[in-house]
Amino acid sequence: MPNYIDRRLNPKDKSLSNRQRFLRRARDELKRIVNDQITSGKITDVDGDHAVPVPVRGTAEPSFQHAQGSGRRDHVLPGNKEFVTGDRLPKPSGQGGGGGAGKGPSGSGGDEDDFRFVLSREEFLDLFFEDLELPDLIKLNLKEVVSFKSRRAGYTIAGAPTNINVGRTMRNSFGRRIALRRPKLKELDSVSEELAKLEAKPQPGAAVRARIALLREDLAKLRRRRKLIGYVDPVDIRFNRFEPQPLPNAKAVMFCLMDVSGSMGEREKDLAKRFFVLLHLFLKRRYERIDIVFIRHTHEAQEVDEETFFYSTQSGGTVVSTALKEMQRVIEERYPSKEWNIYAAQASDGDNGYDDSDYCTMLLNSEVMRLCQYYAYVEIIDERESHIFGSTDNGTSLWRSYCKVGEKWPNFQMTRIAKPSDIYPVFRKLFAKQQASKGQ
Amino acid sequence: MEKRAKASSLLFSGSDWNFQTLSRTYDAIETVALDDLKLDVYPNQMEIISSEQMLDAYASIGMPLMYQHWSFGKHFIHEEHLYRKGRRGLAYELVINSNPCIVYLMEENTMALQALVTAHAAFGHNHFFKNNYLFQQWTDAGAILNYMEFAKTYIARCEERHGIAAVEQILDAAHALMDQAVFRYRRPPRLSSEKERDRIRERLEYEEQSFSDLWRTLPRRKESITPSEAEREAQERKKFLNLPEENLLYFLEKNSLILEPWQRELVRIVRIVAQYFYPQRQTKVMNEGCATFVHYTILNTLFDQGKVGEGTMLEVLQSHANVVFQPNFDDPRYSGLNPYALGFALMQDIERICMKPTSEDRDWFPDFAGNGDWRATLIDAWANHRDESFLRQYLSPALIRKFRLFVLADEPDDSHYKVASIHDERGYDKVRSAIANSYDVGANRPDIQVADVDLLGDRHLRLQHMVQNGVVLAEAGRQATLRHVRRLWGYNVSLAGVDAESGNQLYEVSADETAN
Repeated sequence: MPNYIDRRLNPKDKSLSNRQRFLRRARDELKRIVNDQITSGKITDVDGDHAVPVPVRGTAEPSFQHAQGSGRRDHVLPGNKEFVTGDRLPKPSGQGGGGGAGKGPSGSGGDEDDFRFVLSREEFLDLFFEDLELPDLIKLNLKEVVSFKSRRAGYTIAGAPTNINVGRTMRNSFGRRIALRRPKLKELDSVSEELAKLEAKPQPGAAVRARIALLREDLAKLRRRRKLIGYVDPVDIRFNRFEPQPLPNAKAVMFCLMDVSGSMGEREKDLAKRFFVLLHLFLKRRYERIDIVFIRHTHEAQEVDEETFFYSTQSGGTVVSTALKEMQRVIEERYPSKEWNIYAAQASDGDNGYDDSDYCTMLLNSEVMRLCQYYAYVEIIDERESHIFGSTDNGTSLWRSYCKVGEKWPNFQMTRIAKPSDIYPVFRKLFAKQQASKGQ
Repeated sequence: MEKRAKASSLLFSGSDWNFQTLSRTYDAIETVALDDLKLDVYPNQMEIISSEQMLDAYASIGMPLMYQHWSFGKHFIHEEHLYRKGRRGLAYELVINSNPCIVYLMEENTMALQALVTAHAAFGHNHFFKNNYLFQQWTDAGAILNYMEFAKTYIARCEERHGIAAVEQILDAAHALMDQAVFRYRRPPRLSSEKERDRIRERLEYEEQSFSDLWRTLPRRKESITPSEAEREAQERKKFLNLPEENLLYFLEKNSLILEPWQRELVRIVRIVAQYFYPQRQTKVMNEGCATFVHYTILNTLFDQGKVGEGTMLEVLQSHANVVFQPNFDDPRYSGLNPYALGFALMQDIERICMKPTSEDRDWFPDFAGNGDWRATLIDAWANHRDESFLRQYLSPALIRKFRLFVLADEPDDSHYKVASIHDERGYDKVRSAIANSYDVGANRPDIQVADVDLLGDRHLRLQHMVQNGVVLAEAGRQATLRHVRRLWGYNVSLAGVDAESGNQLYEVSADETAN
């Protein structure tokens, strides 16, 4: 009888830390792969599992190995059918002969690097956020409108008559009637029956009379008691109690607005995309369902799918207000703001006609900002421009107009970005505000 | 009535297992193994694990305790990938050469497979580990688990103290030299016991604290040395350092001038692990052959005794057939000779030769043909051979014909292979020696030795690669590995390729060259 040990309950993932070490080791290359995947993938897919090829650099395990195909060797093979001694067979190209599939602990062949493995969501996001210099996401909270829904929450002794809980009430009254010994109708009936019988006798004797008097007294007492102890007393009454329960709004819609006129190049679009991805990730943490609406504009705006949004070019002028109008139209059509949390993210290089910028301000102030939870505007500028402008309010016409909006609406954020690490502060500003207002 | 008696004599029926059936079956298997096959085994420790844990165990090269290193994570990812893709099934079994012998049983296995694994690993492999001379000389089954535990905690402590990166650097370098970390020709020192190790470590720590650079006294180099003197000096030096030394890690651990005591200890740990696995590499065919033969024999015996049902036997035979399947060389599934197939066939063949020899067998194996005692013959063979010598002695013409083995001569500058010999009268001997050579681990690993080092001069470390049959080193790994050697040695390292027959130097490279 050997020693049987059940190890199934031991902690799993003995290799997890080794895996993390491996990822750390291959970090740079993995990051490059991850960024490529973000640039080429869909916004909504960022949040899933990602298969990546095993990085080659930094994870090779070299050792002294014999070179394939050098020197004189003998191969022993099984399954000879027709060869006789002295036959000559052409060598297959690019193969060093029948090597066994040896796999020692330090074995490392080229065949190990051509498979893909799946990064978990956390691992992937870690790599993705590294560029964006994000703090710990856990600390962050998005603001949201909460609607209330009544929820039953026990009973109460005061309330509206409509909410009387009959069952509960009658149970209480029954208990009270038993406790206070309220005469039952049956008792009353039997007494009055007997009384009636006795009274019906033609000549009652003294004994009978005395009995009748006694019964009458009883009957009166019973009736008095019944009157005194009500069938249902205000004390018994119970009402259903309702509690307003905050109901997180489970649906959000995210509007991505982007200028796609000729001035927006690959770099600008890539930055914009990262920004949209980030917003989407934040929203995803909060809402069960997120719709994304892509609106691109030149001098006219249209709603498009993601592919078209990022990859097709259009030429034309730049009239930003068209996009805002389009967004309004979509909101009216499909996303009533009572049911949907509306987020908007706009990316542009700031080109706009001056009068149109004013019009945009007007639109935002009067309509759009009322509907939105949050409106973020990023202006994508050159690295060279970034230290010229710095944080001054000087800038493109759109920027200047939007500054006025920003003063008026706390949920309006704007920033200039020139590189990926600039993106995050847009969000941070907003959340910092949130926490401050919570503190008050 | 009779039916019930028969049913109750079964050890188990159905595919579900529980601990009761497991131990009942174990006892039955043990009886057959010890009384009938006369096996001699370490006590067993059976561990039930899940498939994930099996993958974990693989990734850390099958040790229940292993230090942490990124390369194991890489292997884990690789194995897991193959497994998920269905390109590779999980091994049914994993067994650790230790005392007590640890056998892993997967919870997903059916009872029939558990019986198979118990017979295969807990008795087959176990007997082999305990009795084969290589394992007896090279590994210390009683000490390995304690040693690995020490290694794991020691390395974790080093990581805390010196940072993961510093530890990783040393481990990476040591891993690269694992193949050159065994004594092929002399018996390795025994693993020191716990107490002794603690003493050594205390001494190291004391040295660490008390070492002061002030006391360094190195004699100055002489200005002019005549060539003969130089030669004599070199001779002395080599004698003093015990050169040439084939065990690179051992040499570096003992003589490297830049390693801190804890780094030396890390190198030593890697060396011990490499040494521990060396016999397994040399006895793959025998080890698997022995285990497969044992499980096949035991389960058939149990079936004959009526303790195992027909359904179970069918399942066992199916698994068995999958394991000992040898695709032909032109089959897309072919990836070298299957050690299970070859090993099992060899063991069965020996049994046949002992019991029913043909005249050919009597010519070839006069020592044991027809001796009628296959058990003792096998036990003797298992104890005293490794793959190479075993094949050289026991591979019979009948088996060469059965596998239809043939030899291809492969000359590097010829566009064709030449069929050197096949399974015919003229070829048996040649096939046999060719296949034995191909299992000679010593000959198939690059033979690299420390040739010379000038400790008092520029401390240049010279390695020598003995080139056999013109088989040179792959360049990609060569340079990277040299850099690893340099990291452990601290000064320049060069590698010279020397033709083993003529003694001519073919090439010389050094670690400081930025060749890639």
